[in-house]
Amino acid sequence: MTAPVLTALVFLPAAAAAALLCLPRAAGRRVFLLTWAAVSAAVLALTVALWTGYDHGGGIQYETHARWIPSAGIGYHVGVDGLSLPLLALTAVLFPACALYALRETRRVREFAALFLFLETTCLGLFASLDLILFFVFFDLSIVAMYFVIAGWGHPGAARAAQKFFLYTFAGSLALLLGFIGLYLAADPHTFDIVALAGENPLAGRSGYGALVLLAVGLGLAVKTPTVPFHTWLPPAHTEAPAAGSAILAGVLLKMGTYGFLRIAMPLLPESWRTYAPAFVAVGVVSVLYGALVALAQTDFKRMIAYTSVNHMGYILLALGAAAALGADTAAARRLAVTGATYQMVSHGLLTGALFLLAGVLHERGRTYAMDAYSGVAARAPAFAALTGVAVFASLGLPGFSGFIAEFQILAGSLGPRPVATALAVPGILLTAALLVRALQRMFLGPLRLPDSPGTPRPFPDLRAHEAAAIVPLLALAVVLGVFPRFVLDVVEPFSRTVLELVAR
Amino acid sequence: MTGTTGGMNENPLDLLPEVLLAGSAVLGLLLGAWLPRRRQWLVAALGLAACAAGIAAAIRRAAAGGGPTAAFDGAFAVDAVTSTGRVVILAGTAVVLLLGLAPFRGDARESEFHVLVQLAALGALMLAGAQDLLLLAAAYLLASVPSYTLAGFRKDAPGTEAALKYFVTGALLGVVMLAGITVLYAAGRASAYPALGGELPRAPAVLVTAGTVGLLAGLLFKTGAVPGHFWVPDAVEGSSPPAAALLTTLPKVGALAALHRLAAVPLAGTRMPWDELVAVLAAASMTLGNLAAFFQTDVRRLLAYSTVSQVGYLLLPVAVATRADEAQRALLFYLAGYAVTNLGAFAVVCALPGARTLAGYRGLLRAHPGLALSLAVCLLGLLGTPPTAVFLGKLEVFTAAFDGGYAWLAVLAAANTVASLFYYLRWIRPAFATAGGPGPGPLVRPAALTAYAAAAASVALGVGAGPVLDLLGGPLAR
Repeated sequence: MTAPVLTALVFLPAAAAAALLCLPRAAGRRVFLLTWAAVSAAVLALTVALWTGYDHGGGIQYETHARWIPSAGIGYHVGVDGLSLPLLALTAVLFPACALYALRETRRVREFAALFLFLETTCLGLFASLDLILFFVFFDLSIVAMYFVIAGWGHPGAARAAQKFFLYTFAGSLALLLGFIGLYLAADPHTFDIVALAGENPLAGRSGYGALVLLAVGLGLAVKTPTVPFHTWLPPAHTEAPAAGSAILAGVLLKMGTYGFLRIAMPLLPESWRTYAPAFVAVGVVSVLYGALVALAQTDFKRMIAYTSVNHMGYILLALGAAAALGADTAAARRLAVTGATYQMVSHGLLTGALFLLAGVLHERGRTYAMDAYSGVAARAPAFAALTGVAVFASLGLPGFSGFIAEFQILAGSLGPRPVATALAVPGILLTAALLVRALQRMFLGPLRLPDSPGTPRPFPDLRAHEAAAIVPLLALAVVLGVFPRFVLDVVEPFSRTVLELVAR
Repeated sequence: MTGTTGGMNENPLDLLPEVLLAGSAVLGLLLGAWLPRRRQWLVAALGLAACAAGIAAAIRRAAAGGGPTAAFDGAFAVDAVTSTGRVVILAGTAVVLLLGLAPFRGDARESEFHVLVQLAALGALMLAGAQDLLLLAAAYLLASVPSYTLAGFRKDAPGTEAALKYFVTGALLGVVMLAGITVLYAAGRASAYPALGGELPRAPAVLVTAGTVGLLAGLLFKTGAVPGHFWVPDAVEGSSPPAAALLTTLPKVGALAALHRLAAVPLAGTRMPWDELVAVLAAASMTLGNLAAFFQTDVRRLLAYSTVSQVGYLLLPVAVATRADEAQRALLFYLAGYAVTNLGAFAVVCALPGARTLAGYRGLLRAHPGLALSLAVCLLGLLGTPPTAVFLGKLEVFTAAFDGGYAWLAVLAAANTVASLFYYLRWIRPAFATAGGPGPGPLVRPAALTAYAAAAASVALGVGAGPVLDLLGGPLAR
């Protein structure tokens, strides 16, 4: 019996948030912001410790399984495996970056810091949950916390955007809940425990029931991911959210959707997943292409990044759908696809987090995201331009960055089982490359032009130390993951093998 | 003894919580006549003591086990439903008494308010435990008459209109209910539930259906469900906030418990389409309540329509009472969660007498952060956000509906839940917005403290649901 270190990790930020709310506002913004940074750094340190103590071949570790509401089949069951560990690490990396980025925040700082710490607990808790209801609790609470982040600290149109975000993702979460109830009632004895359900495979041989449950679960997760056609909440939410909120929303919250596919939909509904995988492949490909095409048409920098998220998340769905195609000859390829999908979650989290923070830097200087308001910024702010360049090239999948490893694995793994769909998705990479490079060129090269404040041109100072401290580590990690992927792949690959065995039942 | 028909159990200790509350109401009425005006609060204190003692007695009775009992010739059941009803109703009564302390302090009729609250609660208690149609009718009247008075207690124009509307609807539907009881009596040749349970399955289905529909009219009026909901918005807006908190909570608990008992005991074996009927009513209640709540600007009207939609969810387990094992547990847990959360929301309204509209709550976070947090917890709680009690209630209710073959109703309830988010957010948004407006005004401290406690209890009940849920599934008295 090990100490419940995972539980401590999950609830440490929430405890700190409660403590912050008990302090008087007069304590000063530095106290709140530095506490936030310190606590999220402590979480990061704990996660690193967790990672070093993790045994690659050992299945679920750091497990705690306690009775919670036994008569309703609900337990407090948390644990870490090769899927949750990279995502816990991603969460633990992004939150301190946001804390550093927000060091100059002045608006209602106590509530802002507390809200982000609470949000960190919901994210960590979700990735550690091994019980459907526990998963759902964190899923919903992350929505609530993000709603308040967007509505409270966003740009002028934030109230509407936040409401749209809440309505869409909450509707998705209720579809998810109905699916969970379907799984619960099918199991004997009734349970919400993910491990028990995966072992029992309660819907084996009940194709109609299984299809309905998969429809509900898939709908809920597709809204969160988001995939076309459920993505319409995403662009306004991102455009109106504060930079740190966008970074977490795109970096961590979107992963909850794809994580749910790998954690719940595939292992718990293997038969239906295999049957309906072509639909998910199609949705993935459409998201890849549609996201890229719409991003191409954007004039707003942040909105453009938001649409590239739709594109990048589409690859994950393509890979997961392709992994369901059975056949011994494609076993290695399908493993590659699942590993690539997980890798893409981490890679996209880091890169898009960095991009949204950079977009925040841009807005803080120029008060607009409109790309045609800027030109030749590289001359005025070389460090900012360089980092944006790195983030953009990493994001479009240049070798040497994490995005390349992820997308290469996804496409190489999906090509065997789903050649046509994969071929259709490849132009998405070209489109994204084209639009990102074009944006880079327009904003950073050419003659200097900056948005005017009334009368005089705005000053455009280069990156400040705390902003660089937030963004550089994210990009550095993307390089490390691009050059030395092995230490993550060693963790993920055993999980891919396990989940594919479950899907093949 | 287990309560079969005609047992001669007349032990008043079985009705200890009811006796205590009745005693404190009568004593309070006498005290009110003698106490000087500044000491009238003692009547409320006496009521609070009776509630506390009643809760203790009910829990002791439930914890002692011994199975269900039918007291007083089988007219009053003491089982899991009654025990839960007692705890929830008495706790709710205590909250209403606390909320009424400040606004009626020094009022010429202060003690009367407290006494009426206790009498209305007594009626709800009797509704929850009644196991005989005639006792049910008496409980209906006992729950209704003090409520009419409470609705118009302030004697102002909106209050008078509220009371009149409430009274006319109640009187009409009460008569229909008595007619229904008469028909059922004719069909089953008895008024006691166990006897009816044996007779009604053999009676003509048309007769049973007609009688049940009549009976439903009265009980739906008490729950504030469609089609007996017309009084709800006016009564809630026109009466004082503490009275509104009572009207939308306590009678609901009693009447829903009564509906469940009806479904599970006398009507269990009949061929009348109970499931379908209640399912349609549930669907209508949740949908119409939500639609009407959408664009309300007065917080009390918004809450009033929200309670109408909540009854829709609460009727779901009643519809599948005999089809799903978890139905009783789901209903009782949801009732408890609903009561504490709804009272919390009304406590926030009581705490800010100056803010009547949604816009009036602008800047609440800045002015009173604790209250803003309580409001968010209660409204998101009513929505069913985990880990509050209503979330678990909804989970259990949906599960029961699926299990009972009413998946479409669960899907509709989920869709309605999403829709309800829209109007709860319309209230939360200004409360958490920063700028502008005169602010929500001064705080009534006792009501604010009650709101904090209710919000905390709503979360605590959700997180600590394990042991509670185990107690709610016990068998009914028959």
